[in-house]
Amino acid sequence: MNEFNDNVAPKTETFVLNMGPQHPSTHGVLRVELDLDGEKVIRVRPIMGYLHRGIEKLLESRTYAQGSPFTDRLDYVSSMNNNYGYCHAVEELCGIEPPPRANYIRAIVAELNRITSHMVFIGSLANDLGAVTGMIYTFRDREEVLDIFDLVCGARQTYNYIRIGGVAQDIPQGFEEKVRKFLDRVPEFMEEYADLLNGNEIFNVRLKEVSVMTKEEALACNMTGPNLRATGVPFDVRKVDGYGAYPEFDFDVPVGENGDNWDRYQVRYKEILESAKIVRQALDGMPEGDFMAKVPKVLKPPKGEIFSRTEGTRGELGFYIVSDGTTKPYRVHIRRPSFISMQGLNPMCRGGLIGDAIAAFASIDPLMGEVDC
Amino acid sequence: MEIVDIVPPILKNNVAVVTVDKLFKWARGNSIWPLSSGLACCAIEMMSTAAARFDLSRFGYEVFRAGPRQSDLLIVAGTLTWKMAPPLVRLYEEMPEPKYVIAMGSCAIGGGPFADSYSVVKGIDEVLPVDVYIPGCPPRPEALIDGMLKLKEKIMHPERVNEKTGTGNNEEKTEAVTA
Repeated sequence: MNEFNDNVAPKTETFVLNMGPQHPSTHGVLRVELDLDGEKVIRVRPIMGYLHRGIEKLLESRTYAQGSPFTDRLDYVSSMNNNYGYCHAVEELCGIEPPPRANYIRAIVAELNRITSHMVFIGSLANDLGAVTGMIYTFRDREEVLDIFDLVCGARQTYNYIRIGGVAQDIPQGFEEKVRKFLDRVPEFMEEYADLLNGNEIFNVRLKEVSVMTKEEALACNMTGPNLRATGVPFDVRKVDGYGAYPEFDFDVPVGENGDNWDRYQVRYKEILESAKIVRQALDGMPEGDFMAKVPKVLKPPKGEIFSRTEGTRGELGFYIVSDGTTKPYRVHIRRPSFISMQGLNPMCRGGLIGDAIAAFASIDPLMGEVDC
Repeated sequence: MEIVDIVPPILKNNVAVVTVDKLFKWARGNSIWPLSSGLACCAIEMMSTAAARFDLSRFGYEVFRAGPRQSDLLIVAGTLTWKMAPPLVRLYEEMPEPKYVIAMGSCAIGGGPFADSYSVVKGIDEVLPVDVYIPGCPPRPEALIDGMLKLKEKIMHPERVNEKTGTGNNEEKTEAVTA
């Protein structure tokens, strides 16, 4: 009799739930397969490629200068940082040294773009957790920066402003006042976001000590950027490599403690303030001079290969370019931080509840354009 | 006797007599519910359009629905790849009639900068019927609003579409010329 009872002991079956590719919380077109045991997540499998546009392949049939507009469309929330990464790599390959003024302008626009990108993060995190109005506030303030970019290069989103050897044109009149006006507003609206979100009970419960990622796990997944810094590793390519004008600025690298959703949110929140600090210093110390180095009309880098990295908004953005001595690259590989951070989704969500998978996903802040490339 | 004459004189200022068709067109044109499905870069501009500054709700179009069954407009915002095409067509087919499609951005119109890629659909009109095309990479929010208003005009006055593009109704034109 006992034997019989053992056999009918309750046992649940695992269940596969498909999320996406069209889902309001996947920030684009990602499919996630969730293995569920009741409401508990056993395994998460992200299935990518729904936005694979073959950018790496397309770059092989473009000249070096023609390649940079494609980087705009990789991580379309922080295009300036992507332009910077690509141009930095080509410059290292050709041995071009951008003038100091160009480096300062680059730092300003890249950091402003980092601010807007993190604003989109805060907005969409709030949106995914059910606070739809969160998005409205961050997008309102983001428009101020987009106005500045509009002034600088005439585009709101795909700028192609940072070019190989410098920037496309010098900063226009009225740029400095506009940026300073925005910087003065930064603490004001950051406080507003904090008032709206940080004290919110739901926001706290869903973020604190949820989807914890340890230092070791994050390093094993090769995560970089705010996701790694949230676990307590102060790794920032701007500090480690000190490329461009960054060694001349005084800024901190915010780190988290527990590596939970809350820390990932807080790290980005603090990074906005640090970026504002960098922009202010860059404006104060802006050197006179050229904004563009002497670059030949037809760029023919020497034979060889280069891996160059910059700190993108979502982590270490690397460009690996192989040159065969012609005007077009032989091979371009892009190390996309979002793509690599997606590996962390499984360790984060495993053992948690199904609703927390959404919060974990939002807190990684992946961008499908960059994930699929 | 016209239907208008049945309306009592006291209500003449408060009652409008229209055909059901006209009423439906008016209602549809002023309350389009888009599906919140963003594919790529243009989706961010679509979100900006819905946000505080451009405020799409001025026109009654802000109700972005998460499910296809509650929406009647599919804004294809971004690059469509061959891998994403079947799910997108399925989304379109799940939407109730009448339904409309806006191709937002050059990728949706004709592949855009990725037209020579192996994985990109060269224009969504290869897989879906498109009502309005909005050029730009990405189109500015003002352009999206303009596209939505164009769609509104198309819904309210379907007969005007042919007049503007010059296609169809050729007989009338030739008559006018000969007269």
